[in-house]
Order: sequence, then structure tokens, then C-alpha cells
Amino acid sequence: MDKMPAWADAILVPLISLILAALLSSLVILGIGENPIDAFQQMVQGALMQSSGWGYTLYYATNFMFTGLCVAVAFHARLFNIGGEGQVALGGLGVALACLYIPWPHWSLALLGSGLAAALFGAAWAFVPAYLTAKRGSHIVITTIMFNFIAASLLNYVLVNVLRPTGAMDPATAKFPEATHLPSFQEMFSTAETVMFRGSPANISFFIAVAACCAVWALLWRTRLGYEIRAFGHSESAAKYAGINPVRITIIAMLISGALAGMMAINSTQGEAERLVLNASEGAGFIGIAVALMGRNHPFGIFLAALLFGFLYQGGAELAFWSGIPRELIVVIQALVILFTGALDNMVRMPLEKLFLAMRKGDA
Amino acid sequence: MTLMTKFLGAAAAVALTAGAALADPALIYDLGGKFDKSFNEAAYNGAERWAAETGGSYRDIEIQSEAQREQALRRFAENGFNPIITTGFAWSSVFDEVAPDYPDTKFVTIDGYSGAENVQSVAFSEHEGSYLVGMIAAMASESGTVGFVGGMDIPLIRKFACGYAQGAKAVNPDITVISNMTGTTPAAWNDPVKGSELANAQISQGADVIYAAAGGTGLGVLQTAADEDILSIGVDSNQNHLFPGKVLTSMLKRVDVAVYDAMTQGDGIAPGVRVMDLGADGVGYAMDDNNAELVSAEMSAAAEDAKAKIIAGEISVHDYTSDDSCPALSF
Repeated sequence: MDKMPAWADAILVPLISLILAALLSSLVILGIGENPIDAFQQMVQGALMQSSGWGYTLYYATNFMFTGLCVAVAFHARLFNIGGEGQVALGGLGVALACLYIPWPHWSLALLGSGLAAALFGAAWAFVPAYLTAKRGSHIVITTIMFNFIAASLLNYVLVNVLRPTGAMDPATAKFPEATHLPSFQEMFSTAETVMFRGSPANISFFIAVAACCAVWALLWRTRLGYEIRAFGHSESAAKYAGINPVRITIIAMLISGALAGMMAINSTQGEAERLVLNASEGAGFIGIAVALMGRNHPFGIFLAALLFGFLYQGGAELAFWSGIPRELIVVIQALVILFTGALDNMVRMPLEKLFLAMRKGDA
Repeated sequence: MTLMTKFLGAAAAVALTAGAALADPALIYDLGGKFDKSFNEAAYNGAERWAAETGGSYRDIEIQSEAQREQALRRFAENGFNPIITTGFAWSSVFDEVAPDYPDTKFVTIDGYSGAENVQSVAFSEHEGSYLVGMIAAMASESGTVGFVGGMDIPLIRKFACGYAQGAKAVNPDITVISNMTGTTPAAWNDPVKGSELANAQISQGADVIYAAAGGTGLGVLQTAADEDILSIGVDSNQNHLFPGKVLTSMLKRVDVAVYDAMTQGDGIAPGVRVMDLGADGVGYAMDDNNAELVSAEMSAAAEDAKAKIIAGEISVHDYTSDDSCPALSF
């Protein structure tokens, strides 16, 4: 036995990392002459203590769930897809084309159509790096990150030269037609007496993200394809020996990954902005890496990690609104959380493992 | 101590969520950030000037993501800030949605446009100011080639470039105008290294005056122009002092005046479009001790003459954004 119990691996390690990050952040806040306890209260107050705050937290969490799943699926096939940004951008284009050029009678049909378009466009964008990796041995990290830049340029060209309404200044498409607007939490949960989630962008795509978490879990652990993906990720040579085609698995894993990233655009483009703007991904493609790392590449872990990052995003925004803490410091806090939960994982894990081993020896 | 008081004040503002009429103005910067040495910073300077002169206080914020646009407007409006001023062109559709929900609050969008009843849309005539600096550039150029370095490739910046090219060609119909954009993402606003490379490329093509309308990227252009001993033209704020004797002039876009006026008028802001053109001194070119020797009396006389004619309507400068095309320059 050289492993610690599963619960410690899944919960204790991230929790300790998180506390360490929080402590270090507190020191930084103290360093600029602010009170970290007040700041933390402000974040909780703004993100969790009112329904509109929850609306924003869940909106961001929806984005991070999709991009976290995107990273996780590829990671199970030992592919490091850091092209989430580009795949989201293309997914947004798919959503915009579907919403603008097809006269949908009802939002539910529009959601089906735009979800399909988003997944197709995101998957198509992931296909080229996947093909290059599978057939030509190009490094997936290099190709996917380069494709982020190509996607940004492509989107800029399309928005400025093709989709932008004449005379508009903003490089964005026209507003999507009324029939494609997704129901927001405000519309879904408000009663006649009380307005819930007032003005917040959370919408029905949150439930699609949760469904995607379940679907990815089922795919990875309950289907043959999922088994093949995981086997390939553990050992390529063993997978080959077992008759698994590495080219096929590489491409399929990346297609699923790209489709998941693309579907984030339902939330940000169709759900929130109701038009396609230039920077619709808002860095969620990269945050997804941290979310997947923190969530141990397991859909349930990703769900929790996405909620945490949603809280950090919304709480950070509240902090910037109402305190003297500058925007840059909020980025520092978020970066510390990523650093401790993602990059410095072993710093916590190894001592903890030793501790558990020592305890076990004590028992024996 | 001051930080602490600020923080407590902010906490109090949160506590008084409903109905509290603080009536302090609020200023929301666009994604570019507050201290960009050009557009957003001009807004900040206007607000600081108002605060210094009246002793009033205001709250400002830099948004971090697209979703925060609506959030910031709603949070400030709910907490009784009035007026609420935003900088940048990307706010238009947000105002259409948010402003009608807060009829007692006055909003000002600088560079944006909204038809809502309680929103003032401040529109600058950048093409007119750029026309004048284009004339000055053409008169100062000895090689017959002038350059333009834009930030992000968006219609607004093409409007600058188009006005500049028209001005240059009005002085010398045979002049060559080279135009480059720094990039296609918002990062193009803050990439001085790329700005420097583009300036070098234009110098090698013979340009001896380069106009930078590129936010922070422009600093790289101005630096390279000074190093290579050619002339440059700054933008938005007066940037003549950055490299004295090397910056020919600066195209002024008086964002600070717009912010200052809005804060001074407070609740009395008139909704609708406020055009800040040459006649309203909303745009112009900067003359001071740093460039007095570069711009001859003859050059400034010609520019003043054209300015008078533009104001009188005798010269009309084509606005790129009116029909997405430019007669004097192809992109």
C-alpha cells in the first residue's frame, strides 16, 4: 500500500491547497493595507449571499464546467488540449450562424440547433491539431495553442468584415432574434412577489453543463469508447497491443474535447450576450485547465472546481466594485489558487502521503 | 488610513443597497485598463480634475470581462450613483437593456451609442482631428511618404486612418500613405514592441512622419520614431512631451472634457447625442513648447484655415464608419 485513501486524494489535497492559497492571499492583502477578513466577507456576500450573486457565480461556473470537461476528456487520452480558447471562439461562431440565419420558432429548438452547431464547430477546430498529432506526430500543445491565435484572427476577420451590421462600431454580430433568447434564471425562478437572480446572466445552459458532466462520466467509465480512451492514456503501447487504434482514439478524444469547449458558447454567446462578441471566451479556455487539474479530471470534481472558480470570479468582481483592492490583486489571488491547486499539487500531496503511510504503519 | 476609510465607505455603500441617494458619479473604464496613457487615462484625468475642483468624490472601476459590463452598470445604479459614465465603444447594446430599468439615473457613454431616454451618447469626430494632423504631417514630410499605425483593426481606428489620409492628400495629392494595424485582438492596444516593429517597417518604406492611434502600442511607435530621428504624431492625450522635439503634434480627443462636463452637470445631463467635433473643441491638435519649432507658422496657418472651413462646412471630411469605406485609403 503506497497510496492514501481516495477521499484524502480527492478532497483533502485540494482543500489544503486552497487554504494555503487563501493564507498567502491574505498576506498579500495585508501587505497593501487592507483587511483580508473584510475582503473575504465581501467576496462571500457578493457571490453567495444574494440570488443575483449566485446568478453570476453559476454563469461563470457553467463556462468553466464546459472548458474543464474539454481539458479532462483530452487528458484521459493523455492529450493536453490547451486550445479551449480557440474552440470556444469557433463554437461561438457556430452559435451565431445558427441563431442569425435559421428562423427558429422557439428557443428550445434554437438551443438544439445552436448546441449542435457549437459542438460541430468546436470539434472541427480541434480536428486539425488532432489529425496532425495522430498522423504526423506534431506536438498537441504547440498546435492547439497556435490554433487559438488562428481562431482569434479568423473571428476578428469574420466579425469585422462579414457579420458586423453596417455602421456599427463594435466588432460584434447583430443581436440574435427574440425567439432564440434562452430563458434566464430570472425568468425561470422569479415568482410574482419576489424577483430572483435579478439581472444576472445565469441561464438554462447551466443545466446543459451539468448534463454534460454526467454524460462525460458515463462516456469515460461506462462505455467501450471511454475505456479505450483511458487505456490509450495510460499506455499507448499496451492499448495498441490490445487492438486499439491510436489514430482513431486521438482524433475521437480531441473531437469530443473540442465539442465540449465549443458548447460553452451556448452559455456566453446565446445565453448572456445574445450576440457574438470578439472575446466571448473571456479566458475560460485557460481557466478550464486549472479547473480540470483541481477536479482531478473527474466530472464531479470539475463540477465542484467550476463552482469554486465561479465564486472567485464573481467574488473578485464584487471586491473590485466596492473595496480599495485593485483589479490586479484579484488576478493575483486567482493565480495563487491556480498555482497551489494545479502546479504545486505535489507539495501538499507528498507530505500528506507520507503522513498517511506513517499512520498506517502505526496501525499495523 | 485613506485606503481604510475608502474601504469602509465602500462597505457602507453596500449596506445601503436600496433607496440610498449617494448621488456620487461613477466612472467605468473599458477592458483596456485605467492607466493606458491615452484613452481611459484621459477619462481618469477628467474625473480627477472634477474631484480636485469641487472636492467631490467619485467611484471608478475597471471591468474584467464582457459579462461585467451589465453587472457594473446595474450595481452602480442600484446603489444610487448618478451619473454613471462609461468609456469605450462596446457599451452600446448594454445600455439599451439596462438604462430603461433605472429611469432616475443618468448615464453617459463615451464612444458608444444608445437611444435610451436617460443616456447621453458622446460622439467624437476623430476623422476631423485626424484630417488636420494629416495635413500637418504631409507638410512636414520631405520624403512624400507618411505612415499610420493603428491599434486593433476596428472601424473606429479606420476612421482615424481615413481622416488622416484625406488630410495628407489634401496638401499633397501625390503623397503615399502607408497604413498598418497592430493586431486583431484587444492585445493590440498594448503591444509597444509590435508598434516599434511596424514603425521600423514603415521607415524602411520611406515614411518620415508616423501617426500612431494605438493606445499603449503607440508609445513604441513614438519611441522608434525618436530613435530613428523621424517625426511622430501622438493621439488622444497630448503626447508632445514624451519625446520633445520629435513628436510633431498630437491628435487630441478630449475624453477628459466629456467626463468633466458630465460630472459637473450631474443630474442635469441632457440625454441624446453630444457631438464633440472641431467646433466644440472635442478634437484638435496639440501645440505647446515641445513642438513649437517643428510646426512652422505656415503649417499652423494652413491647419487653422482648414479647421475653420471644416467647422463652416466648406470642407467635409469623410467618416469611414458612415459607410465602411474610405476614398483616400484602402485597407
